Amino acid sequence: MQISGAQMVIEALIREGVDTVFGYPGGAIMNVYDEIYKQDKFEHILTRHEQAAIHAAEGYAKASGKVGVAMVTSGPGFTNAVTGLADAYMDSIPLVVISGQVPMSLIGTDAFQEIDAVGISRSCTKHNYLVTSAKDLPRILKEAFYIAASGRPGPVHVDIPKDVTAEIAEFDYDFAVELETYKPTTKGNPRQIKKAMLAIAEAKRPLFYLGGGVINANAAYEVRDLVHKTGIPAVETFMARGTLRYDDELLISMLGMHGSYAANMAMSETDLIIALGARFDDRVTGKLSEFAKHAKVIHVDIDPASISKLVNADFPIVGDVKNVVEEMLRLVDCIKPQKYEPWRETIKNFDALHPLTFHEDSERIKPQWVIKRVGELLGDDANISTDVGQHQMWTAQFYPFTRPRQFISSGGLGTMGFGFPAAMGVKAATPDKISINFTGDGSILMNIQELMTTVEKKLPVINIILNNNFLGMVRQWQTLFYEKRHSETDLSMQPDFVKLAEAFGGIGYRVETKEEFDAALQDAVKQNKVAIIDVVVERFENVLPMVPAGGSLFNMMLLERKEK
Amino acid sequence: MNENIRRVVSVIVINEASVLSRVTDLFSARGYNIQSLTVAPIPETKYSRLTIVTKGSVRVIEQIVKQLHKLIPVLKVFDHEDFVEKEMALVKFPADERLADIAAICEAYNGKIVNASENAIIAMVADEPQRVTNFLKVTKRYNPKEVVRSGAVALER
Repeated sequence: MQISGAQMVIEALIREGVDTVFGYPGGAIMNVYDEIYKQDKFEHILTRHEQAAIHAAEGYAKASGKVGVAMVTSGPGFTNAVTGLADAYMDSIPLVVISGQVPMSLIGTDAFQEIDAVGISRSCTKHNYLVTSAKDLPRILKEAFYIAASGRPGPVHVDIPKDVTAEIAEFDYDFAVELETYKPTTKGNPRQIKKAMLAIAEAKRPLFYLGGGVINANAAYEVRDLVHKTGIPAVETFMARGTLRYDDELLISMLGMHGSYAANMAMSETDLIIALGARFDDRVTGKLSEFAKHAKVIHVDIDPASISKLVNADFPIVGDVKNVVEEMLRLVDCIKPQKYEPWRETIKNFDALHPLTFHEDSERIKPQWVIKRVGELLGDDANISTDVGQHQMWTAQFYPFTRPRQFISSGGLGTMGFGFPAAMGVKAATPDKISINFTGDGSILMNIQELMTTVEKKLPVINIILNNNFLGMVRQWQTLFYEKRHSETDLSMQPDFVKLAEAFGGIGYRVETKEEFDAALQDAVKQNKVAIIDVVVERFENVLPMVPAGGSLFNMMLLERKEK
Repeated sequence: MNENIRRVVSVIVINEASVLSRVTDLFSARGYNIQSLTVAPIPETKYSRLTIVTKGSVRVIEQIVKQLHKLIPVLKVFDHEDFVEKEMALVKFPADERLADIAAICEAYNGKIVNASENAIIAMVADEPQRVTNFLKVTKRYNPKEVVRSGAVALER
């Protein structure tokens, strides 16, 4: 059929099964918005800032496992979206982001709201396109969805000049994407998998090192199966939280800069790392030359460039984690779980020596208590987003995660302002779950305008501010490494968050005691409205354990023991 | 392992808009080194061939190859092991320099005088990059006014 470029965008989105688009209109994208107005197949959610549109699409993608879609205009609309693209790129989140562009005839003339969008997005997307003719649009849009979701997922950016959205051309979407130059390897090499299994059988102290790729590959339940059948303990990266249940006997905890003592010690003592969809990030390894010195490495990853990038792999396996783990399960009989009993015992002793915990305070609420308490009250019923900082680490440490895609956070880029819009996207994707955003008094103000979107669209996100009147994580580093010179991190000057929430039509609570917190949370859940719960917490609490940047993983600053 | 080695890498890419920027952006974004880069379409195909001379540790070279592979329009990457490598240079000499001497040196380096006008003589050589360097060294005394090197191209044996 002969339709306009703008209509093609709508048709393509419908055929891709898109039910929600986050975006913000403007001059160059108006033809597409005119078509959005005329259709009723998907919902458009008007965020109040383009950055939030991308984060919402990320939250939506992470919670649902589908491709997230966002739409922005040219120039500032696009540049506002760049942080979101970079965030999605770092955390391998499948997105298709469509931006308007000035008409072809004006490209290169410094036209109003013109910017070289594909030039900017090139380094923070998996792939990008500048569409120069409407006849290319069906192919490009179909490729965009395919590339975003396949292989190692990531954001794809499609920049469409205004005249292309007006141009009429033939639309045909019934074809298979064929990209001669892009064929991700999904099936692991069977011989290599067999060798890896034999190495596991021979190891004395093997350790599963689970990364975000397990969740991206929808492999968490297969991995649970493999962990249980082998009896091998597991550590999770920040991005992998929820892969194993929090109460799984074989889950040690999170490892890395703020990982548990037992997790970091296990990683330092293991003789065989079984890395599944993890990429040996610097926040995980600490000082590379001291990292897991005695260990051989099995590394399973869909992205060949992640293998042997930082840590040499003795058994490199390129493939989809789910596919490879299924293969491993077929060979699991060669492994005798009882063999690792002494190793499991060692790890239990590590954990008994320095358990992941915190000291309660009778005067003030401890931030960690809030997270544990939400876990007790809501547990599996909630999906948990976070912003970036201390509250984010405490959430990863203390929330009792029970399933994959329950925890949504900005890991790679560490984007303050991610949490609230992401939690909105999570709510749109999983309306039957309570959407919680743990945030800080710094982060929440970075996308606070989304109070309006969430109220308007009835997406009841509950924002829980762990308010310490500080830019807490930076303050912690200043305390520890800059002789307490708290440069520009004191956030004592604050808005009245209760009134702020109310001004937008949400509910606000100011909480200073545990009883007040319970009441506020229960009320917010019951009212099912957008809420801010502003919790006054201990100001100078530090996130512990901590491996100082560049230090060895086994050299942790630990929580001081309290005499009983 | 950490020692820097010189490598010649050929990349076959779809000949489309901005593909060269994708490659060069990758090098600058990840802090890789480009010593020379040549690019031209492969006749009768939709592809182009880039030849990149780079330097880095074994690990870095391995990453360069893998990261290049990850770019969507990249079809193939060759990290050359056993190959023929050639580079071309054009050199402009003042017309009053000794033409016969220059011509003799050119001959020794697989080159010749390709243009002589009233103002200048232009010589061309095509040889291994190291030999081109030597040629430029030897002809320095004839006061070259301008030198242009093409960058290397390579084919696996």
